[in-house]
Amino acid sequence: MDEIDKRIINALQDGFPICAAPYRQVAAQLGLSEQELIARLKALLDNGSLTRFGPLYNAEQMGGALTLAAVKAPIERFDEVTEIINAFPEVAHNYARNHELNMWFVIATETPEQIQQTIAAIERQTGLSVYNMPKNKEYFVNLKLEA
Amino acid sequence: MLDETDRKIIQATQAGLPLTPEPYQTIAEQLGLTADNVMMRLTAMQNSGIIRRIGAVPNHYKLGYRFNGMTVWNIPDEVIDELGQKVGQLEFVSHCYHRPRHLPEWPYNLFAMVHSKSQEGVDEQIQRIADLLSSYNQGCDVLYSSKILKKTGFRTST
Repeated sequence: MDEIDKRIINALQDGFPICAAPYRQVAAQLGLSEQELIARLKALLDNGSLTRFGPLYNAEQMGGALTLAAVKAPIERFDEVTEIINAFPEVAHNYARNHELNMWFVIATETPEQIQQTIAAIERQTGLSVYNMPKNKEYFVNLKLEA
Repeated sequence: MLDETDRKIIQATQAGLPLTPEPYQTIAEQLGLTADNVMMRLTAMQNSGIIRRIGAVPNHYKLGYRFNGMTVWNIPDEVIDELGQKVGQLEFVSHCYHRPRHLPEWPYNLFAMVHSKSQEGVDEQIQRIADLLSSYNQGCDVLYSSKILKKTGFRTST
């Protein structure tokens, strides 16, 4: 990743225009050619420097539901519990964290009722209590990080 | 409200925007629409908040942000909205939410994600949040992710 890549990443975290030739417009602002911008973006996506490029949708605004949940997975059952939880297509992300509540995952479903159903199914299959922590309020969401 | 055409556009762009000189035209051709129609609908979805923004999401780790902490705080309910707004405005906080407690073992109701390239950097960020919360901070913890067990995109209702 060189200086030009960093400038591209920083610029594109702020937004992308909706117009006939948006890459040309952004490229001009960065002093690049349209082809170079597209080629570099493709490389940044291919090598994993960018996880996504495009519209970022707000699941809840589309009628979907989202929650953050956690379990205390006994160390000796950690892999087994991981496998059970990851097998749910409703589980979008799952992270191991250094706490007694050591597995934290995001559940995304089409309806709020399906969140409860998914939690009940996870509790049934793992035998563990699921700590459901849906957001009461969102104060801020911005993924921007300086490259 | 989203209609059938909006949902088709959402599905077509969930994995990302085409890397073609005229990406909205490319989407339009896939769906049998005009580029103007696609652009108009994307603009409307952006204005209504269904699209947070169109842009790039970097991989934290690849940018050198290897220290990503979920900081959690126990804040009195009567001041949490005011303080949550302030914590969310700190430039190093990427997400900030009010979530329910699970007493007695989980007393924390304010969650703020912080990101840094060093442990010292995270420690400093946590100190700045603690300073801002001052005496309203009735306890806190920081959970670092030790492993990504699963990461996929969100599915949408279509």
